[in-house]
Amino acid sequence: MTVGAFLTRRRGRRAPDVTDVLTYAYLVVGVLVMFGPVAWLVLSSFKTQAALVQFPPSLLPLAPVTVAVEGYDAPLPLYDVTLPDGSVARLAQVRRVGLEAQMVDPEDPGELVRVPVADRTEVRALRLQTTNYTEPLRRFSFLTYLKNSVVVTVTATLITLVINSMAAFALAKYRFRGRNAVFLLILCTLMIPLSVILVPVYLVVMQVGWVNDLWGVIIPGAATPTGVFLLRQYMLTIPDELLDAARMDGASEWRIYWQVVLPLAAPAVAVLAIFSVMWRWNDFLWPLIVLTRSEYFTLQVGLNAFQGELNVQWHYVLAMTVLTLLPVTLVFSFLQRFITTGIASTGVKG
Amino acid sequence: MERRGGGPSSLIARAAGAVYALAMTALGLVIEPLQRLLGARRMPWVFLLPNLLIFGVFVLFPVLLNLYVSLTGGTALFPQDRPFVGLANYQRLFDCQDLANPNTCVEDRFWRAVRNTATFTLLQVGGMVAVSLVTALALNRRIRFRAFFRSVYFYPVLLSPVVVALVWKWILQRDGALNGLLVTLGLEPVNFLLDGRWAMAWVVVVSIWAHMGFYTLILLAGLQSIPAELYDAAAIDGAGGWRTFRDVTLPLLMPTMMVVLVLAVIRAVQTFDEVYVLTGGGPGTATMMIVQYIYQTGFATQVQRFGLAAAASVLLGLVLLVATLVQLRLGRGTEGHLA
Repeated sequence: MTVGAFLTRRRGRRAPDVTDVLTYAYLVVGVLVMFGPVAWLVLSSFKTQAALVQFPPSLLPLAPVTVAVEGYDAPLPLYDVTLPDGSVARLAQVRRVGLEAQMVDPEDPGELVRVPVADRTEVRALRLQTTNYTEPLRRFSFLTYLKNSVVVTVTATLITLVINSMAAFALAKYRFRGRNAVFLLILCTLMIPLSVILVPVYLVVMQVGWVNDLWGVIIPGAATPTGVFLLRQYMLTIPDELLDAARMDGASEWRIYWQVVLPLAAPAVAVLAIFSVMWRWNDFLWPLIVLTRSEYFTLQVGLNAFQGELNVQWHYVLAMTVLTLLPVTLVFSFLQRFITTGIASTGVKG
Repeated sequence: MERRGGGPSSLIARAAGAVYALAMTALGLVIEPLQRLLGARRMPWVFLLPNLLIFGVFVLFPVLLNLYVSLTGGTALFPQDRPFVGLANYQRLFDCQDLANPNTCVEDRFWRAVRNTATFTLLQVGGMVAVSLVTALALNRRIRFRAFFRSVYFYPVLLSPVVVALVWKWILQRDGALNGLLVTLGLEPVNFLLDGRWAMAWVVVVSIWAHMGFYTLILLAGLQSIPAELYDAAAIDGAGGWRTFRDVTLPLLMPTMMVVLVLAVIRAVQTFDEVYVLTGGGPGTATMMIVQYIYQTGFATQVQRFGLAAAASVLLGLVLLVATLVQLRLGRGTEGHLA
């Protein structure tokens, strides 16, 4: 089989051959490359500070094993020692003097043994350093950042869903002068990314008084053209007869919107909700500009501030990174089919 | 749908429904009187109002304001206090003895950023489209666990840029896993993020890693829309694998491919977050991109030069406009399956 066969073969009905093996090999390597780095981060986040600076690093979070020995106050670290006669014994180290270590047998603490440093190796066992997770909660403002991120994500998503669906409803279900102009205007701004209007949006937000205010992060991005477009396209498929029937029953336009159209557009609303949560949770550049005081930082900005410090405290940064990626990972594992089909059918990611 | 009656999930659904009805009825207290006041014919504008208001204040108005700010100087925050300086900011950006050599420019950092962004865009888009295409082709074959593999490639797309950067910074740092691997294999460790060329290479790789899932998905959708009859016809005509790929798959995938290319370029030109957190634009200015230049000129310095930053962003906007026009041009051929 040739490269060409690999390139063109579709889902057919043939016996497995070399190209299938190649495909699976490629995909399995892909799994390692895509998941490996994140898995490494999660494993590392459970290591002790000492294990983190160890080079070359060990795969699993290992920590030195210590043992309480009679006659010594502090627990002593355990070592495997190669004795002069070639046998291996497991001894506890009392202290190290130059190139020699003074060790004792934990079973028989009376007698001190002198061992060259080179002849001993540390005994280590799997241990999860959970203080990496609990300490930052206590010592840093992690919980404040988390709260800010949740407030921004939830509020912004609710506002986005309501105002985008209202606008989409107007554009999909009414004929009025100026409708096409408004729709075109919204489509055009699909192409104006924030990075191009950073300065003026900041100046506007400042005039409003929203610098160092979560509203300054929430409101400017709420009127997403993507959302209006997505919902409008979906609402076009809802038959007008339903609306007319509701009007006959004396329903107001507002009731028609929230009792008839919006429930029927639920799948599209759900897709937008997922997108919005992702956008807001992951947002970085805009919060970085608007929020300069640490009590208003979102998780992303706070995390960046931590990793940028002169002495990066990796054991905390890693654990906080894991906590930051956790919600997205959970959402993804439950809704991945929903997300991927949503993206494949709309071609938007944001 | 939920079955009526017991079960905690149906209880939650009913509670959510009640909250929804309550919130919407409350909003109706404001909006329904407007219908009596203005008449049903003007209601579409009421529905449009909140969205258009935010839109106008935070998108449309800033677009115009950006042009004006780019023509002003000084450090004043309020546009009305800023002195009008004409094209001085643009002149400053283009003040070079030799445009090909950033060192001869007054704003040498801007031209370094332009150069870095161009290099980055070329490498990142080229590499990513190639990898995405191969992955989409692999996923389009008859394989087991298809949904699983597809979602594996997609997972990094959802991670925040800060998380992506930290994941890789942890691997690439001096005492990181990659150097550990090199040393174990008997090679010399490399300071990946402190060597200009390595840093740029890794910035490109990390960016491909983070975004390829999205483009794979679009290409896969494009591959699946190619009618099976065409492959059958090619097989009957005795076309081999490579010929079928060249004469059937590739031409029919072209429209999707073009859209992918343009989307990828638009995104790459605006790259900021991942690179900023991973390298800080360094070492020196080796990985500083245009958006970082705008951010640092306007916001991250003692002297906030809004005018200069705005001028640079107007130029960036022009580049993106050209890319978008190209996309619209090509978009006509794609049966509009992409927004």
